[in-house]
Amino acid sequence: MPDAEPPIIQVRDLDFFYGPSLALSKINLDIRRRQVTALIGPSGCGKSTFLRCLNRMNDTIPGTRVAGQILLEGMDIYAPEVDLAHLRQRVGMVFQKPNPFPQTIFDNVVFGPRAVGLARQRADLDEIVERSLTQAALWDVVKDHLDEDAQSLALGEQQRLCIARMLAVKPEVILMDEPCSALDPIATLEIEELIAELKAQYTIVIVTHNMQQAARVSDETGLFWLGELVEFSPTQRMFTRPEQQLTEDYITGRMG
Amino acid sequence: MPQSLRAAFDREFDDICDKLVHLSQMVDWAIQRAMTALLEQDSLTAEAVVANDGDVNRLRFEIEEACIVLIATRQPAASDLRSVVAVMHIVVELERMGDHAAGIARIVLLMEDEPLLKTLKKFPKMGELSRQMLADVVQSFLKRDPEWAREIAGRDARLDKLYHATIDRLLKFMVKKPDAVQRCTYLMWVAHNLERIADRSTNIAEQVVYMMTGDMNELNV
Repeated sequence: MPDAEPPIIQVRDLDFFYGPSLALSKINLDIRRRQVTALIGPSGCGKSTFLRCLNRMNDTIPGTRVAGQILLEGMDIYAPEVDLAHLRQRVGMVFQKPNPFPQTIFDNVVFGPRAVGLARQRADLDEIVERSLTQAALWDVVKDHLDEDAQSLALGEQQRLCIARMLAVKPEVILMDEPCSALDPIATLEIEELIAELKAQYTIVIVTHNMQQAARVSDETGLFWLGELVEFSPTQRMFTRPEQQLTEDYITGRMG
Repeated sequence: MPQSLRAAFDREFDDICDKLVHLSQMVDWAIQRAMTALLEQDSLTAEAVVANDGDVNRLRFEIEEACIVLIATRQPAASDLRSVVAVMHIVVELERMGDHAAGIARIVLLMEDEPLLKTLKKFPKMGELSRQMLADVVQSFLKRDPEWAREIAGRDARLDKLYHATIDRLLKFMVKKPDAVQRCTYLMWVAHNLERIADRSTNIAEQVVYMMTGDMNELNV
């Protein structure tokens, strides 16, 4: 593990509350740059809640509260002066179900850059569209139909379009919340290959129900259980000789 | 994996373990019969041991195939994965032990009714120790007991000692009686086979330790 570079995200003693109930308790972990970090655990364990803390998506839910710190490049993302739009540009998110806007493929990709004022000129937008779609391994498929409705694409292609839409604003961190759960096995494999390519440039955090997917795509894996981070280890170690008995029991199907 | 898949994995792995035990019993039978053939100069028994070796090989491949199917269909992880991998190593060791037993039996056939040497008195002891190590190491696998496995591996030193003492005596005997060189050479090969059988029990012990701890270490260095 290259330790030379400091982690891009540092989570320190993070607690998260839905109203009075504690959903995450004392989470501490480092997310390394240009690595894929997988978060696993049974439904309701807090892994998606944790993921949504990383770009403050939980802020949209009333009655939630955070304690502790999440530092992005040393900056506390919950500090009052943080601009949410800017934070979410730096820390993008891909959801379970592909959610393209009811617009053309082109307009989907340039939505972000237009919204944050990254580019206005047609030539700049064209460049962003080609770059983003190429990175999302979709350019060759759609380059001749950029003005078609995004919803005409197959589900796997829609998901890659959503990834392209996020890449268009040049994020540093990509959060993926079960990005393959709505996809068939081939489309799933394509997304997994894409993750492997994207990690050359981006830091990726992925929540997955599919333990084998975590084993296939990630460098480090965290197991959440009842709102706590039980173990956070290099993936190879996690799936061959985990440190915690609870991890062993979970990944061998003895509980959960 | 969900509980139902967990149960299916356990069932299939138990079947594999039953077959592994059967394989170890076949190998133990081969060692025991090969030693009897040697001590009683019984070529019929020796032939039976040689003939049996094909069954040992077939069962080894059958178990390996079952392990591959289990990996492909159940995707075991952590200690489950280590257990399946350990079995795949253990059955190779058992099969090779069978080869060593067949090797002893083949030497018996070569020796025909040449008179045996006094040195032979160490051979029954080596045979007993090797068989006990085999029986115990298979039990340590079934009981998932790495400490016991380590203890069994430690016994290999006694066998090595007997082996070296035997080789020394055979060499001295050869010097004194050049006409016994052929017989002594055969017996050296018998001793070598017995010593290798014990080494392979040590290798199995290493697999038991790996299965339970994830540590890959040579036990007798």
